[in-house]
Parts: sequence; structure tokens; C-alpha cells
Amino acid sequence: MARLKTFPGGLHPPDNKAWTAAKAIEICPLPEELIIPLSQHIGAPAEACVAVGDKVKKGQVVGRAKGFVSVPVHASTSGEVTAIEPRPHASGRNLPAVVIAPDGEDEWVDDLAAADPEALSVEEIKDRLRDAGIVGMGGATFPAHVKLSPPGEKPIDTLILNGVECEPYLTADHRLMLETPGKVRQGIEILRKVLAVDNIYLGIEANKPDAIAQMREECAGSDIKVEALEVKYPQGAEKQLILALTGREVPSGGLPMDVGVVVQNVGTAAAIADAVTLGQPLIERICTVTGSGVNEPKNLRVRVGTPLAHLVEQCGGLDGEPSKLIMGGPMMGMAQLTLDVPATRGTSGLLIFRRGDIKVREPGPCIRCGRCVSACPAGLLPTTIAAYARLSMFDETEEFKAMDCIECGCCSFSCPSLIPLVQTLRYAKGAILEKRRKMQ
Amino acid sequence: MSDQLYLSSSPHIHSGETTDKVMRAVIYSLLPACGVAIYFFGLPALMLLLVCTVGAVAFEALCAKLFHSKLAIADGSAALTGILLALNLPPSAPWWLALLGAAIAIIVGKQVYGGLGYNPFNPALVARVVLLISFPVQMTSWSAPAPLGSGVDALTTATPLGEWKTAVMLTGKLPEGMASGFGSYFVGNMAGCIGEVSAIALLLGALYLFWKRIITWQIPVSFIGTVVVVGGLFWLSDATRYPDPLFHLLTGGLILGAFFMATDMVTSPVTGRGMLVYGFGCGLVTVLIRLFGGYPEGVSFAILLMNAATPLIDRYTRPRVFGTVAEVER
Ligand code: SF4
Ligand code: SF4
Repeated sequence: MARLKTFPGGLHPPDNKAWTAAKAIEICPLPEELIIPLSQHIGAPAEACVAVGDKVKKGQVVGRAKGFVSVPVHASTSGEVTAIEPRPHASGRNLPAVVIAPDGEDEWVDDLAAADPEALSVEEIKDRLRDAGIVGMGGATFPAHVKLSPPGEKPIDTLILNGVECEPYLTADHRLMLETPGKVRQGIEILRKVLAVDNIYLGIEANKPDAIAQMREECAGSDIKVEALEVKYPQGAEKQLILALTGREVPSGGLPMDVGVVVQNVGTAAAIADAVTLGQPLIERICTVTGSGVNEPKNLRVRVGTPLAHLVEQCGGLDGEPSKLIMGGPMMGMAQLTLDVPATRGTSGLLIFRRGDIKVREPGPCIRCGRCVSACPAGLLPTTIAAYARLSMFDETEEFKAMDCIECGCCSFSCPSLIPLVQTLRYAKGAILEKRRKMQ
Repeated sequence: MSDQLYLSSSPHIHSGETTDKVMRAVIYSLLPACGVAIYFFGLPALMLLLVCTVGAVAFEALCAKLFHSKLAIADGSAALTGILLALNLPPSAPWWLALLGAAIAIIVGKQVYGGLGYNPFNPALVARVVLLISFPVQMTSWSAPAPLGSGVDALTTATPLGEWKTAVMLTGKLPEGMASGFGSYFVGNMAGCIGEVSAIALLLGALYLFWKRIITWQIPVSFIGTVVVVGGLFWLSDATRYPDPLFHLLTGGLILGAFFMATDMVTSPVTGRGMLVYGFGCGLVTVLIRLFGGYPEGVSFAILLMNAATPLIDRYTRPRVFGTVAEVER
């Protein structure tokens, strides 16, 4: 057997995907109240364009985009706007949101325009993507139309579809590829047209042979290369994935476009298909609700704005007392303080650990075991950078390339002394950015 | 609910491999060697192991009290240092020497630098070398193994390396019949420090460490490889004067040193490339001391010397950062 493509560094956390991998996606019923944050993407938040008391329809814009790196947000069902106010947000703060009481009709706006992507110009397609609020659904939530508009001096020759889903526990993309491979394919063809590229890869970790087979069948006869990748975290990190598939290395401080590549998540591709062919905005996504603290882990098709508590209810409720709520995966997800937070476009998973499953222990001294070093996919010395950061020696952290940290968590995961390395690196990165701002 | 939720930053899972588990695994890996030590050298070996281990733990606790630092006995590192020290003592070493060694290892070797993780030198080796220099008589009087139940009294004798060195110094030639002992060397039936004699017990422990992924191949392979190759080259150049590679390998403290002392994480480089350089240095210095130095054995000195070079090695073997061209060292 040929060796699977991969990247240097990384590690093998237990994947715990078996809980939900074989479970078909279920449609999550509408909650009593949808909380639609105006900030669901990287970039400027949207601006509310409805008023309390307004009747809205499914797919109607409720928050307008502000600036180029921004997308509108939409009502994810029909109903009445009951409030526009700060609500708990995944970031841990209360941020402005449009609150909608569903009317049960679930009625689409009437000006949805279906279209044949073949007949649309590239600009028309990008406009549709922006208007539909398409953002990267792998978690980064970067507006897709921006990613698809690289500056002229950065020619793109390769498109990579990210179906890796290397975060433990999560199976949302896996189920998506199994259940709606046609949508993914349709999205790929639209992306092909927008970028005018023919070198197209779809990378999937080898632990999803059924998805690989399904997508190979779907892409049979085309030039799309469906590649099985070594099961290793973080195989799905953008730069690592590009290296594994193309052998190209995004330069330090650079972006994928610097090596002629655009990466999109498979979920994003499916959303792109709906947005372009049906004119449907991004109002729902697939989310894996799992972990020891959930009675019946599931993959759910969730409307944007559904409170996490509602997702838990759909999964048989909490099993025991939760000790940690995580939006996203266990390696890079964000801990949440409350289940009142709504699911958004980037919510690939809700992971709940039961009391007792999380041990809190004091960090010890670095014993120089080197595990963080060999695990770091960015080739950094996490222990050294962290040591400098603790001494507030930020010039040194910069010299040791702290800014190249992708915050994958491999270092902290493997540190026997339980040193919060990623946290310290994030702190160093913040301080370096602050310093750079001041110098300008 | 929220007051009971942890809000710590990602990652939210951990390998489960913790410092105390690592230390414990290394202790387990030394049990076969401890067993063989007690088998061949009897109660004196048991006494040394006990005095060193209990002593090291006690001095660790004492330091924690004096320096008002957190009591860290539970991490097992003090006990491990004690065991390693005992294994590096000759069987006839008196109890007070062992106790003194434990004090030196923990206080001078480790705590003065700030405790675990901050010590530049392997604490057990610091103690051994200080003892060797301060008490040369007690530290170099060897007794032949007297296996349990054999009824033989321990006789004073020389280590194979010592025997060779004396012979070469006196006659310029290898001693007679030197090649005959390999079977005994391998199981550990020879004179030496109580823990270094049995290659087979040490290798068993080393296998366990590899299996547990506590140590990686770089240091032991480059260390031993260098000794064998460089020692072998001398042997090829003059077989009447220089011992053969197998002799280098099986006698003395090479295996104990290469697998258990040089691999001490705190005092060795953190990158794979750095480990190779470090292991090579350990090997080279060992051979040179053995063949040309004043002491018959050079493993301890070699490792301590390379401990000192570790920060430098780390500096010049930084991994290549993703997306950068191989760094030109400044
Ligand atoms: S230093 Fe950054 S890139 Fe390296 S392992 Fe840690 S989080 Fe990942
Ligand atoms: S993993 Fe932890 S203990 Fe090991 S070198 Fe890195 S920071 Fe130090």
C-alpha cells in the first residue's frame, strides 16, 4: 500500500467518533426562540435591518453586511422579531442578536432566485455567495467571497476541499459527505468555475473509508482527486493539509493564496451549492452533539440561532452534571459558560463532558521532555516560547516564531507537566500584535 | 450550573501522560536491574538501594520545607534519582557514602537550581562524580558478584575495564583471557557498579521505556553507536592494545548510561537532531576517557560534559519552523 499523504508533527488523540459516525443526520426541530447573532463571522459584524415586531420570513436578511469582509445574516425561519439586544455569544460575551419567535410556518422569502451556475458570471456567483452569508464552515467562519477573490498578483491554480474533520468526536462533515455527496460535488464545480482551476483535491482522513468511497464514486470520471490522508491531528489544519496534498509549504506569515491554493470546507461547498443554484442563504448547518455528558449523541441539522440547550434536548438531555461545554471540537473548540448560547454558522459540534471526566490539575515545571516540540506541526519550540512569554520577553517569543503557532493544541495535549502552552502562546501572539500596532 | 463549569482554554483533552507517570515508568523499567543487583551482590545492594532512595526522598522533602516550595515527592523524580544513584555505586560502598550521595544529588544536583526541570546536570551523576573524586578508595573498591545462595563470600576484585586499564598501563597489552567472559558480562556476573553489570536486565527495562514511548532511539543509538564505532576503529588499528567493541559495550556503565542516564529529559536536548549530536558527544568522550584518560570508565563524565553542552546543542538544532527556509544560525 502506498503511504498515505500527511504532514510532519502532530499526534493521535483518541478520536471518539464512533458515538455518532454511524448516525444519520436528524433534523432538529425549531426551538421556541431563535437567537441570531449579528456577528457570526470573522470581520465586521452585520447591522440589524429589521425592527422589533417585524414579521420576517425564512431567508430574509435581518442584518446587513458592513464592509467587504462581512456578510449579511438571515432569519432562519419565519416569525416575529421579538428583540434586538445583546445575548450570550460563543465568544463568551453578550453580543447584539436578532431574536425571532418562529410562527411555525417556516415559510421562505418569495424572492429566492434559483439559477444555473453555468449561466452566471463569476462576479454574479460571488455576489450570491456574499448575499447568502456563506462563510467557512470548518470553524474559521471567514467570508467565502473574500477568500475567492485573491488579489491579481496571487494566481490560484489549486482548489482543496477539506473533508478531513480531524477534530476528535466530530462527525458532521463525515455524515454530510455520506448523505449529500451530490451537493458537495455541485459546490466543487461552482468553486472550479469561480477560481478557474482544474487542479482539485478533496482530502479525507483515512478513518472515513465510507465517505472516501462515496465521494470517489460521486467524482468518478472527473479530474477531482479524492485523497485518503493519514489519520493524524491536525491533518485538517489549512497549512498542513496543503502540504500533505500538494507538497507546497505556505510561507511563515503567509496565506494559502501565496502558494496558489484556496481551501474550502466540504460543508461550505454544500452551502455554496444551495446558495448558487437555489438562492438559499446559509441558515442551517450540521452539528455533532456528543460527549459523555449527552444522553444520546447525534448529528443534527440545526438552524442558525438555535440555543445549545435545545440541541441537548434533542439528544435526550444531559447525562449527569456537565463539567464542560465546548462549542466545536475538543482540541480547538471554545468552552462555554451557558447553554443559552446559540449555534451559529461555524458551530460544527457541541461537546459536553460530564463531571469527573475532566480532571483539573496544577501545572508542574517543564521537564524538557520534548513532547511539545515533536508534536508541534508548526516546528516551534513551545516550551521555550512559553518560558519567554512568562517572563514577558516578547521580542524573544517573536524571534522564536510565536506568530506561526496555529493554536492546534498539540503541545498542551502532550505536555506531561500539564503546562497551558497554547494559552501562553496565544498570550504571546496577542502581545506581539499589540507591539506591532504600537510601532506603526 | 455555570458556577460549576470549567472555562479553561483549548485543548480540552489531554494525553493522560503526566510527569509522575513518566517517572514511575522509568522506576519500573529499572526494577529488573535492581533485581539482578540484589541477586548478584546480595544485601549490600539492597541496602544501597534503600538508603539512596529513602535518602533522596527525605532530602527532597527537607528542601521543600526549607525553601517553602511545593512538596513534589509525588512526582517520583526524587525516588528515581535515588535509585539511579544506587545503581551507580560499587557494591561495597558504605551506607554513609550512599546517604551522602543522596544528599548531594538532591541538594547540589537539583534543588539549588530550583528543583525538577531546572537542573542542568543529571543529579545522580553529579553525586556519583563528587563521591568518586572525594572518596576514590571507597568508590573504586570492587567486589566480585556472589550470587544469592551460592555461599561465596564477596571477594575484592577489579572491574573488567579496570583490569584492562591496569594491564595496558603496566604491560601495554590486553590482559590474558579477556575475551572469555562475554556470557557473564551479558547477564551481569562481573564486578562493577551494582546496576551496570547486567546488560540483559537493563535492555529489558529499556525495551519497556521504548514501548511506553518515554525515551526515543536517538540518544541510546548515537551514544552506543559512537562508542562501538570509535572503539572499534581503535581495536582495528591495534587489537593487542585496544579492546574490541563488544567489550566496550558490555562492560562498564555504557548501557546503564546510554539508556537511563543520558536520556534524562531535563538534562538532554529537546529535539531529535539535538539528541543525536548529544549522544554522539557522549559516545566520543566515553571512548576517549576509557582509552586515554586517567579513569578506566568515562560514561559519567561524558554525560555530565554533554549535559553542560545541552543548551548550546538546543540552540543550534532548533527545528525548522513551518514555512521558513532552514534557519541560518545567529
Ligand atoms: S505551539 Fe502552536 S502550533 Fe505548535 S503545537 Fe502548540 S498550538 Fe500547535
Ligand atoms: S511537553 Fe511540557 S514538559 Fe515536555 S518539554 Fe514541552 S513544556 Fe516541557
